[in-house]
Amino acid sequence: MESLMMILIGILVAVATYLVLSRNMIRIILGTALLSHAVHLLILTVGGLKKGDVPLLSQSEGPFTDALPQALILTAIVISFATTAFLLVLAYRTYKTNGSDDLQELRGMPDE
Amino acid sequence: MKINDVILRTVVKGVIFIILTLGVYLFFSGHNAPGGGFIGGLVLGSGLVLLYITYDLETVHKKMPFDFKKVAGLGVLLATGSAIGSIFFDAPFLSQTDTYFTFPILGEKHLTTVTVFEAGVALTVIGTLVTIILSISEDE
Amino acid sequence: MTIDIAIILTPFIMAALIPIFYRRLRKNMIGWVVLIIPVSLFLLLTTYIPRVAKGEVYSHTYEWIPSFNLNFTTYIDGLSLIFSLLITGVGSLVILYSIFYLSVKESLHHFYCYLLLFMGAMLGVVFSDNLMVLYAFWELTSVSSFLLIAFWHHRKASRAGARKSMTITVSGGVAMLVGFLMLYAMSGTFSIREIINNIDVISGHVLFIPALLLVLFGAFTKSAQFPFHIWLPDAMEAPTPVSSYLHSATMVKAGIYLVARFTPIFGGEMVWFWTITGVGLITLFWGSFNAVRQVDLKAILAYSTVSQLGLIMSLLGLGSVAVYLGYSTETVMYTQATFAALFHLINHSTFKGALFMMVGIVDHEIGTRDIRRLGGLMAILPFTFTIAIIGCFSMAGLPPFNGFLSKEMFFTAVLNITELNIFSIHNIGLLIPIVAWVASVFTFVYCLIIVSKTFLGSMKPDIVEKNPHEAPFGMLLPPFILIGLVITIFFFPNLLGEYILKPAMLSVYPTFPSAEEMTPHISAWHRINTELLMTLGVVVLGIILYRFLKYWSKIYRLFPKQWTLNAIYEKVITSSENISESITKRYMSGHLTHYFVYIYVSFVAIVAGTFIALDAFEWNPTNDAVIENYELILVFVMIFAAVAILFAKSRITTVLLNGVLGYSVAFFFVIFRAPDLALTQLVVESVTTALYLICFKFLAELKPERSTKRVKISNGLISVFVGATVTLIGLTVVNYDKFKSISSYFEDSYNLAGGKNIVNTILGDFRAFDTMLEVVVLFIAGLGVFALIKLKAKKGDVDIEN
Repeated sequence: MESLMMILIGILVAVATYLVLSRNMIRIILGTALLSHAVHLLILTVGGLKKGDVPLLSQSEGPFTDALPQALILTAIVISFATTAFLLVLAYRTYKTNGSDDLQELRGMPDE
Repeated sequence: MKINDVILRTVVKGVIFIILTLGVYLFFSGHNAPGGGFIGGLVLGSGLVLLYITYDLETVHKKMPFDFKKVAGLGVLLATGSAIGSIFFDAPFLSQTDTYFTFPILGEKHLTTVTVFEAGVALTVIGTLVTIILSISEDE
Repeated sequence: MTIDIAIILTPFIMAALIPIFYRRLRKNMIGWVVLIIPVSLFLLLTTYIPRVAKGEVYSHTYEWIPSFNLNFTTYIDGLSLIFSLLITGVGSLVILYSIFYLSVKESLHHFYCYLLLFMGAMLGVVFSDNLMVLYAFWELTSVSSFLLIAFWHHRKASRAGARKSMTITVSGGVAMLVGFLMLYAMSGTFSIREIINNIDVISGHVLFIPALLLVLFGAFTKSAQFPFHIWLPDAMEAPTPVSSYLHSATMVKAGIYLVARFTPIFGGEMVWFWTITGVGLITLFWGSFNAVRQVDLKAILAYSTVSQLGLIMSLLGLGSVAVYLGYSTETVMYTQATFAALFHLINHSTFKGALFMMVGIVDHEIGTRDIRRLGGLMAILPFTFTIAIIGCFSMAGLPPFNGFLSKEMFFTAVLNITELNIFSIHNIGLLIPIVAWVASVFTFVYCLIIVSKTFLGSMKPDIVEKNPHEAPFGMLLPPFILIGLVITIFFFPNLLGEYILKPAMLSVYPTFPSAEEMTPHISAWHRINTELLMTLGVVVLGIILYRFLKYWSKIYRLFPKQWTLNAIYEKVITSSENISESITKRYMSGHLTHYFVYIYVSFVAIVAGTFIALDAFEWNPTNDAVIENYELILVFVMIFAAVAILFAKSRITTVLLNGVLGYSVAFFFVIFRAPDLALTQLVVESVTTALYLICFKFLAELKPERSTKRVKISNGLISVFVGATVTLIGLTVVNYDKFKSISSYFEDSYNLAGGKNIVNTILGDFRAFDTMLEVVVLFIAGLGVFALIKLKAKKGDVDIEN
């Protein structure tokens, strides 16, 4: 399972990278979202999969799955939500002010 | 934003209490079962957003005259305050403590200072979520 | 919770409350409210005087990050008490003065907020025993000084002065930090007292001398010692109350404090003696020599402050020989230099504070500080004239003012040192009293210049026209209190010596058995001796030089303009700016895509390169969990969704596909036993999708990428490489077992943190610091969104381009 997940993560990262490298702002934002999905899965997977029970002391006696990656991911999910929201608003403010969502056009004529 | 959708409104009227109750439940159950400040806050916040989407801003605002930026600010204050607070008891920054306390009617309850911290987290999440969605929706 | 930490925290709390007061109160009331803080702190600190005079010290430790030896340890002894009394005492007077000096139209809330910030930081510096905490407060004083110098930030000179002071003091501070870290490396503790106790362990260490020099670098930059003094005259752009408070009475003395505090550690070294004495004497001479040529009253005072700081510094250097020699009845006389340093430190704060306030009054009432345009003000500003004449005479070292006493002790100290036969003093030791004496002559000359050019002679016609009048009572009161002290100290110096200076001497010389021996009896008159003759010589030669100033002032033109320290500083700054700009421009093209390419290519090159070079790749699927059919389906759904995003034509499709990915991730969280994550992910994904859809109202529809085929192919290649690298790392890391997992520690969460949900206890307790900061980040992001939407340039506002 872990190996399969790693391949999935690799594909997600590759797609995310391609999106981030594009010129359109929506694609870039989507790319960051995809990247965070991939990283969340990565953190979870390197901690080992299905090695134990749900990390709740009230539910079982152990062994438990590694709880630390889960805590890290929980933080990361919320943060990536905040950054996505900020990026989206930044994108549409840029679009409204400058009338373009293409990074190449936004940069304007090179000044050299 | 005036949406006249009878079905949506009727459904939301019923569902919203379930969502908000679930949010509160998740918040309090967090210490021993799945849940906690983040999840509780997110559920409560999304419930509120649903309310705003179904009814228009003015109607909801009349019933709930909160400035959600201030709710978020209060949350940050609670979270950092509970962290700094421990210094005043000669304990390291961010120390938490818990104890069992017997209430007159409720019986013995497990109380922890983490709840204050978690409440701060939840309030921040609610405040930020609603602020973000509302300010985008209000933009013309 | 004891009182000493409250002393440090009160100014900060008040600073945080100022916005509230500012809104509620009338604008002219805010200063009075702020005034309560330093006055009450001063009164509180005076209650420590009798107890500290008995030799008691107060220390309290608040554990902050005990695992890194970072503790908030407060330490109140004689030395820190002197400084804290100056900080709060002069602070009270300066705030009182500023109420009348600053007009209510200024942004007073900023001013008092910065001032309180400074006060708290400065108290933190003198009360901290932990080096790291001391360093943090130390830099905070630089920052608040920066903010205060740039208070009138619409002026270019203010901004330049602020930047200069920041650059110089902060670079000194960083050097000092390195010195502190070296001390930590040698002694294993950040506590100053523990380092003093372990002095034998570290004194022979190879890092000892570098640490000494680095700490001194910090002290010299802060205390404006040659050649770092150039920031102080430029800092005079600050409002005069600030100059009087930060740049003469307190902040610039932080370096002195540091040197005095570290004398027990480094004092026995020859390097310490010669660096401090030498730099101090050069500063003393150079400052007073340059003060004479200035035409701006504040500039004269700035150079004079530089020179006086040099004097105090050199005295501390001279006093350090006592540490080298160790205790004996003969060597105790060398501690007198340190005694004189501390004595002069207090005296300087009194007379220099008064003089700055005097200049502020002149500036406020007349409208200029240029001595070429001033003159004859004695008639209209009689009280201010009184302040000036007493302040200047004290600075020049004349009786019956306190400056006379400390100047005499200074002469005694420089004469005593010539008789020593260590550190090769006998070779050039005679220079010490000579330089001291010559500098004193120049000091006398600029004191005469201040008094006579401003107040004597005839008034200029344009000043007469303005019909100026004496300053209000509130502006005169603070300087009068200070010159009252100038006179009182002259008549009752031993009161000060007994109660304030004696306990401080014990802090500087902890190994010396009794403070009584180190506290000389200060008397204004002792029979005619060399010191008195030197003072007489200063007066006579000073008057002569002043008379013939016109003839000899040509020597100032001998120095080539392009080789002044300021010019060199400017040259270094501008050339380094230019060089870094030209280098940066090479690769900072302004294309976001380029930057991403840099990041990804270096990621692949460094990480994958290392993996290949070290042949580190490993793949061992034997421990893998079994793959269920539904998991396989989920994986393929995700792969399909991800790849489909690349080819989607409409933005709605892309967002829905992203939603598919998000919900699939949530499913994985369920499968992989992470209920908290699954719940969170579900809610977040729903809200995010809603957010995308709302934002699409304002965004354009997706257009096909118009990049060239070459760009597309290279982007595609980079993406594949990045994905492959991540997979490789992942596969290798999954089975990494060189370290034991730390997670088992958290499984005891019920006993350690009182919760049965391990994930939640990690968030709320074990790693609550992360969570707390995350909450702050979330809040900032929310505010950012709000600000981006709500705060638009009003119609008619000019677009600011830069």
